[in-house]
Amino acid sequence: MELTAKERMAIERHGMAEQPPDLRNRNFEEVPYGYTPEEAVAEAQRCLSCKKMQCISGCPVEVPIPEFIALVAEEKFAEAARLIKTKNVLPAICGRVCPQESQCEGVCIRGKKDITKAVAIGNLERFVADYERENNLMEVPEIKDKNGFKVAVIGSGPSGLTVAGDLIKLGYEVTIYEAFHRGGGVLVYGIPEFRMPKRIVEAEIRALEDLGVKIYYNSVIGRLHKVDDLFKTLGFNAVYIGVGAGLPIFLDIPGKNLNGVFSANEYLTRSNLMKSYLFPKYRTPMIIGKKVAVLGGGNVAMDSARTAIRLGAEKVTIVYRRAREQMPARAAEVHHAEQEKIEFRLLSSPVEIYGNEEGWATGMKCQRYELGEPDESGRQRPVPIKDSFFEFDCDQVLMSIGGQANPLITSTTPDMKINKWGYIETDDWGRTNKEFVYAGGDIVTGAATVISAMGAGRRAAKAIHEDLMKETDETLQPPGGETEEGDEEK
Amino acid sequence: MYELIEKAEIFNVHKMVIKAPEIAHSIQAGQFVIIMGNEYSERIPITVSDWNTDTGAITLYVLELGISTLELARMKVGDSLYVVTGPLGIPSEIKKYGTVALGGGCYGIGGIYPIAKACKEAGNKVISIIEARYSFMFYHEKELHAVSDQVLYATSDGSKGKKGKVEDVIREMLEKGVKIDQAFFIGCTQMLERCSEATRPYAIPTKVALNSIMLDGTGMCGACRVSVGGETKFACVDGPEFDGHKVDWKELNRRRSAYTEQESVIYQSYSHECMAEKKLRGEL
Ligand SMILES: Cc1cc2nc3c(=O)[nH]c(=O)nc-3n(C[C@H](O)[C@H](O)[C@H](O)COP(=O)(O)OP(=O)(O)OC[C@H]3O[C@@H](n4cnc5c(N)ncnc54)[C@H](O)[C@@H]3O)c2cc1C
Ligand SMILES: Cc1cc2nc3c(=O)[nH]c(=O)nc-3n(C[C@H](O)[C@H](O)[C@H](O)COP(=O)(O)OP(=O)(O)OC[C@H]3O[C@@H](n4cnc5c(N)ncnc54)[C@H](O)[C@@H]3O)c2cc1C
Ligand code: SF4
Ligand code: FES
Repeated sequence: MELTAKERMAIERHGMAEQPPDLRNRNFEEVPYGYTPEEAVAEAQRCLSCKKMQCISGCPVEVPIPEFIALVAEEKFAEAARLIKTKNVLPAICGRVCPQESQCEGVCIRGKKDITKAVAIGNLERFVADYERENNLMEVPEIKDKNGFKVAVIGSGPSGLTVAGDLIKLGYEVTIYEAFHRGGGVLVYGIPEFRMPKRIVEAEIRALEDLGVKIYYNSVIGRLHKVDDLFKTLGFNAVYIGVGAGLPIFLDIPGKNLNGVFSANEYLTRSNLMKSYLFPKYRTPMIIGKKVAVLGGGNVAMDSARTAIRLGAEKVTIVYRRAREQMPARAAEVHHAEQEKIEFRLLSSPVEIYGNEEGWATGMKCQRYELGEPDESGRQRPVPIKDSFFEFDCDQVLMSIGGQANPLITSTTPDMKINKWGYIETDDWGRTNKEFVYAGGDIVTGAATVISAMGAGRRAAKAIHEDLMKETDETLQPPGGETEEGDEEK
Repeated sequence: MYELIEKAEIFNVHKMVIKAPEIAHSIQAGQFVIIMGNEYSERIPITVSDWNTDTGAITLYVLELGISTLELARMKVGDSLYVVTGPLGIPSEIKKYGTVALGGGCYGIGGIYPIAKACKEAGNKVISIIEARYSFMFYHEKELHAVSDQVLYATSDGSKGKKGKVEDVIREMLEKGVKIDQAFFIGCTQMLERCSEATRPYAIPTKVALNSIMLDGTGMCGACRVSVGGETKFACVDGPEFDGHKVDWKELNRRRSAYTEQESVIYQSYSHECMAEKKLRGEL
């Protein structure tokens, strides 16, 4: 029952069934329900198995896309998931959050004329990973004999989890130190439940623990232990730093410290990590704005705006300096936000936040912008239009205009090289200038994507393995002889 | 983990001694921890008043105010806290200043102890000044005496030491010409502000441990931001100690009261829960 190219071409793209907008804007359940196996097979049949396989080169970690899709078409779902995992260890997550339209699907031949007709690679990736997990078909990977080396991973975001997973399989003893009381990084404290169900992240973390990865929560490295202490006192042979980007930026305008003005990080952390959408059962309070203004046009802005709607805001307005096409958010998120009746004020930027006598935000004054000459990145630069202002009422302002590097680790590791923005400098494989110290993810690149953080973790794991193995060859003695069990304080 | 190994109540302040050996090893004077009683709790910052590297215990003094501190106060010896994260914040700058005056009110009575101790060890003359409403509300006194050259008291009713507050004691000292080279204050915002005003005319370098609302404590959220000398600072990573003569107190007070409504809702719902429980058990 091999289909001809023509028959394949005739199949329309299968969207995922979703919660309708006026239902989902009052709950935190995931928006798309997922494919049925029949839908997945039918969608997989749309793939033409092109010789050139453009899609693979569009994927930052080169998932063998046509091959896994062929397995889906044969209903070999778990096999497909396993094949993806040879390149991408977190497919259930990436299938949900990758900006597919600018990666794999963006170069898919079937989407050449109309991107919305590309093979739904992300949906298929999500489906097979969910299928494997929900049917308990996750295979326990083969683990090499312990090689005696100990590696510390700082941060449990996607890059840290990837390093841990790769190294535990190679026989390393791996310990993750995480500042928060839950693992997953941005996946748990930033990206909301309705987009990234926490049980999926929890399942990934449990799987790592089952393989023997130790996770110490509530451990802020730089304060509890310095990087050098991890080697000297705690006997680690290598350290991977995957602490994410961290610090929020507040637009420096009058009113930025008024009550009701939040960083998106704070707002989302309260809601996601601390579950204040379930207040008062969960004790962390949240201010519920009636008219909410969200500054920015990325995924963080969309997540903040859509959280505000779900928490009961009457009106949510996104204010963004550039044009719609220039918004860095995933296309699906912008689309969902529009469906949820979030208003967009494009080509506008706030110049002042107004407050009342008690110091609460009451409104905002914005300047209008127009598109001018292209800048270095090729995007047309937004330029302010002189004397063109408008005002609107808002009692809550959520700033999601980007971040800065968190200096907690770098300032307590002064001999580690950082660039002028405070991000850690590494070679292509994540090696820092400090011997046996590696870094990757947002703390190296600045705010980026889950898949790029994962890719960085993969490369660093390879480098760590290579460097430590070289070490054994050179010294010709098994490492770890002096550090006995119970050496650690915990 | 984080087992409560000793507990005592001094009026509305609860002494909580918690097993946290790694923190006990790395903490320095002036730092704090963020704690959660159980998995539903809020993350709240609490100053570490004492620690013992041998037993691996840290001592906190928690002033019962709202739901989070109330739930902590209800915990029993043997229970474990869900989260104790730390040490957080930049340690106090300890060096030989000459004469150091430390003022503490409510939880700050415990809070100033490690700074007093470190200052003493650094060869300073240490004057500790503590305030409370009534004489029976003081605590951690024996320890404080051991590391201070002088301990001065202030009470609202005059039942111990001077009738008044720390600021009154400081002002009197300064008027008398006592030379103070460095001042540290820990306590409620009003006390910090008033004490800073007392030292301002004499241009005494004054450090205050600010208590803005915190969430992560690692610089990631900006909830704790304060304006100091016109600049925005994150109290959890740039502080908690700042120059008391440069803090925008009005903004701090305003931002600290942001959740008053929710705090009272939850507090009341808690009392209802408890009433219902008691009724069920036939105690009411
Ligand atoms: C709201 C939001 C939405 C996003 N949406 C998308 C999306 O749709 N698609 C996409 O591809 N990307 C998205 N991103 C970006 C993506 O999440 C990040 O690029 C990615 O998570 C970076 O991974 P990481 O491992 O480098 O760090 P993080 O995920 O940031 O994890 C770092 C971890 O380190 C911990 N840590 C920090 N400091 C310390 C310390 N001193 N000691 C111990 N632990 C520490 C942190 O608590 C955290 O758990 C989004 C980001 C946000 C904030
Ligand atoms: C660096 C620092 C050190 C502190 N040290 C101590 C200490 O040693 N002992 C002590 O008893 N208290 C200390 N506090 C204050 C303590 O954190 C608050 O009293 C506590 O969070 C109140 O919580 P609640 O739910 O019981 O009261 P609520 O009724 O919720 O709040 C009472 C007041 O406490 C403040 N508050 C509420 N939530 C927070 C929060 N997440 N972070 C900070 N403040 C908050 C608000 O201003 C509020 O008006 C410290 C605060 C900071 C910032
Ligand atoms: S990892 Fe991302 S880019 Fe790669 S195939 Fe999957 S969805 Fe596409
Ligand atoms: S508490 Fe979040 S930045 Fe200070």
